[in-house]
Amino acid sequence: MACEPWTAKLDAYFDGELPADEARALNEHLRGCATCTAESLRKLQLKHAIQAAGQRFAPDPAFRARIQKSIAARRSSLWKWGGLQALATVSVLLIAGALLLTLSRDRRGERQLMSELADLHVATLASSNPVDVVSTDRHTVKPWFAGKIPFTFNLPELQDSPFVLVGGKVSYLDQSPGAELIFRVRQHQISVFIFQERGLREIRGNEAVRTALSFEVRSWAHNGLRYFVIGDASGQDLDTLSELIKAAG
Amino acid sequence: MPLFERLYNFAHWLTQDREEAEDLVQETYAKALKGFSSFQPGTNFRAWIYRILRNTFFTSRTGLKAAAMVPLDLESDQAAIPAAKDTPESILLQRSDRELVQAALCRLPVPYREVLLLCEFEEMSYQEISATLAIPMGTVMSRLSRARRALRDTVRELQAD
Repeated sequence: MACEPWTAKLDAYFDGELPADEARALNEHLRGCATCTAESLRKLQLKHAIQAAGQRFAPDPAFRARIQKSIAARRSSLWKWGGLQALATVSVLLIAGALLLTLSRDRRGERQLMSELADLHVATLASSNPVDVVSTDRHTVKPWFAGKIPFTFNLPELQDSPFVLVGGKVSYLDQSPGAELIFRVRQHQISVFIFQERGLREIRGNEAVRTALSFEVRSWAHNGLRYFVIGDASGQDLDTLSELIKAAG
Repeated sequence: MPLFERLYNFAHWLTQDREEAEDLVQETYAKALKGFSSFQPGTNFRAWIYRILRNTFFTSRTGLKAAAMVPLDLESDQAAIPAAKDTPESILLQRSDRELVQAALCRLPVPYREVLLLCEFEEMSYQEISATLAIPMGTVMSRLSRARRALRDTVRELQAD
């Protein structure tokens, strides 16, 4: 079966462990293969399901207090033992751990958000009805959203650009409705998501360049809205489209 | 306390019992403090402390019992079985199926359960998992693949019940 070499790589691909060149080749294959795209969707869903299911048991507050006390006791006995060095190492351990936890928590929230967006983008690619409003003209897409989402936005002028507006649909992120616009550049599809920034998980820095599951992602905030541009087109294409949207303001 | 909540969550997943999880975490902290000199700066702290926790678990009575119930093909390093071909009946999970996935995870042999949690929930890299479980990278990949397949099958069984 022609897909077998690819399906064997899907796990590593979604775990972010596939070398960049192989990831690009797999990306290319995914765009043309419905079977592998469907399998990818299932893999992503399972991945997210385990992620959500993993957080299940919380420690008892009394147990936390007990551990804290035993660490403190140990620390004081180490101190008595003449262990200035021991105390220092314990402090390093505590600080390093706390730092690691904060960093990983930040990164986790952001990565989860990016992978949810990648999920939405893949779902659109895999859908037989990728858009709810079909258009090549910005003047039919924008009014369609009126009353469907709690904000409005401007669409860019695309006449002298390689981008085509395919259409749009309502999308949801963190329980909030927003707009998903689908653009095409050559053979690539790019999703642009617009959500209200309020209530959205935080992203470090106003402007962000990321990759999620090998998709390129651009993100920025403007006038209380957060924009995400995601797709398998080149980073340069994404930058150009982002600039056009920013210019439309 | 570093990683306290997460270590406890992981310990409870391994032991499936609150009291045993508490003992396990307490012992892990005691060993970590005592053996901190064995931690090499520059290496991965998280992998180090998780390794202490699971080594402690596997020498406990519950851990020894769990290790005895491991499927025979677990350690074989052959190419992982390709993804299920029976796509028509393949499951489509909803975000709301959290409890179902939790029940399925509980039913998996411990080595499958732990590798899935380390990869998906703790978001460890293959290299970090390899350091935590003290197994080669190739084994991490094949074990993950088997574990995912086993979880999928178990979810399907539970859905059919």
